[in-house]
Amino acid sequence: MTRYIGIRFGQTAIVIAIMSFVIYGLIGLMPGDPIDLMIAADPKMTSEDAARLRELYGLDKPIYERYLNWAEAALGGDLGYSRLYAQPVLDVLWPALENTLVLLGFTIFFSVVIGLPLGIIAALKPYSKIDYFVNFIAFAGTSTPSFWLALMLIIFFSVNLGIFPASAMITDSDASLWERMNAMALPIMTLTIHSIASYSRHMRSNMIEILRRDYIRTARAKGSSETRVVLKHALRNALIPVVTIFGLDFGHLFSGALVTETIFAYPGMGKLIFDSIMGNDFNMALIALLFATLMTMMGNLLADLGYGWLDPRISYQGKS
Amino acid sequence: MAKQPRDSESMLSLAWKRFRRHNVALFCALILVTFAVMSFSAPLFEIFLGTDANLVNLYERFAEPSLKHPLGTDELGRDVMVRLLYGGQVSLMVGMTAAFAAAVFGTLIGLIAGYYGGRFDSFLMRTTDAVIALPLLPLLIVLAALDLRKVGLSAELMESDNISLYRIIAIVALFGWTTVARLVRGRTLTVRERDFVMAARSQGASAPRIMFVHILPNVVSPIIVATTLSIGHVILLESVLSFFGLGIQPPMASWGNLLTNAQELIWQAPALVIYPGLTIFFTVMSFNFLGDGLQDALDPQTMERAD
Repeated sequence: MTRYIGIRFGQTAIVIAIMSFVIYGLIGLMPGDPIDLMIAADPKMTSEDAARLRELYGLDKPIYERYLNWAEAALGGDLGYSRLYAQPVLDVLWPALENTLVLLGFTIFFSVVIGLPLGIIAALKPYSKIDYFVNFIAFAGTSTPSFWLALMLIIFFSVNLGIFPASAMITDSDASLWERMNAMALPIMTLTIHSIASYSRHMRSNMIEILRRDYIRTARAKGSSETRVVLKHALRNALIPVVTIFGLDFGHLFSGALVTETIFAYPGMGKLIFDSIMGNDFNMALIALLFATLMTMMGNLLADLGYGWLDPRISYQGKS
Repeated sequence: MAKQPRDSESMLSLAWKRFRRHNVALFCALILVTFAVMSFSAPLFEIFLGTDANLVNLYERFAEPSLKHPLGTDELGRDVMVRLLYGGQVSLMVGMTAAFAAAVFGTLIGLIAGYYGGRFDSFLMRTTDAVIALPLLPLLIVLAALDLRKVGLSAELMESDNISLYRIIAIVALFGWTTVARLVRGRTLTVRERDFVMAARSQGASAPRIMFVHILPNVVSPIIVATTLSIGHVILLESVLSFFGLGIQPPMASWGNLLTNAQELIWQAPALVIYPGLTIFFTVMSFNFLGDGLQDALDPQTMERAD
């Protein structure tokens, strides 16, 4: 087990290292480089000045040398400054990460609370009208472009009904909890509608499979009530594989929240990544992207570990 | 009086029989064919309505639906329906081409990994795992924002009208092959142990011949299913990137870039925001239901849905 975790952490580290090089290289290929931006800001700058600046910042060196310099500084804890926010990168990153985690926490909570019961109801009467209805909701949720869903919710709840604000940005630092929740309502709704599907579909197929098992028949034969059979005997076992979706969904949500956060101007990781890429804030974009990769991979790892912890039959040794 | 044994049926006719039972999937196939036929006959609609997809008419901004403009006009007075149809051409083409390219790539990787096995297999599969774990959307945004001139593409090519089309197909295909690769590899692992593969090998068939002539036909069903499902996914990705202005570049229309100005338009012309989204929604949903139906028809033994 410890060995397995070790290997997985090693793999994660390798992927992060490769990704950091790839993203570093890609960012060098983005339109506009830092010196061009400085030239644009200062009309008096001559081409000699520009060349001198390039040398000063090491931009005349080949890409791998620049990468190694960056990596050395980064490993030493110096991740650089964000051009867009004029703050050290990490000072910008932590609040954004916190905001995203709050958003995802609510989303996962609502998806589970709505998605799992839907899946159970569908599984109790497979191929019935209810089942088809749940299936339809699930397909509809995954088939809607998230940005369009967000816009529809804005049209309905902000423009027509005027209940929730169209922007999730809180500028007032001592806004009440109620105001904060109100502002987050639409982003949470958008993300939840999207991820209900994976919970209800998985729950349905697990439940159907479990309800066919012998021990369920035994429980029924003993005279257990149907509620008890479903909630006590079947549900517990059907929940185990759902844990995997937690992890996978977390990664999914983490990058998928980018669209929702950007549209609602919610100051989370997704918006940070988008803004820093669009705003040529290379230091910020690099770290934020690497962090997103790390979070996604950690989500997957936790899912695998949680799965094994809940279901002791799973062995990590004999992995094919 | 025993019944006369029925003539044996081909795999295809059996699959068609199973597929026909899926009313929803049939209906979805019909929707998709209708959308495709309408989109690709957009020039006919232009002639019929006497308008042009790119004809700007500032006197007719936000016109109500009429005989001349069945769905009204947009913020530049262009006909919304004709632009939707042209957008459909692009979105459907991007979806199908990118999904197909990704399927070819994934099939190759899956076949090679499954056939050769061993270290090669575990290297390819670890790579696949790593690609799956990457945050897809942020990376697509970086790739879509790259300045291709710095990679060495000529300025001439960069200025051609279709460059945004090729670019989006390429970057989506770059990350889209993983599902197919996993499915094909899994199937290949079992198929390569079968007797007919052994027979082919003992007759001296080369590795490529065994892979493509003997194994590939046996793994084709999951490929078709996964590709159908991924077309919907690609259309969604294209629409998001184009919505952010990073995908298909105007004046070429796509369902995503018709929504680029949507955030300002929801106040004055919500209908303009609703139409392109609905077409995306119905198309993607149809591909998903179609994929589900195909799964039951072609591949009844696998219950697991590739996602």
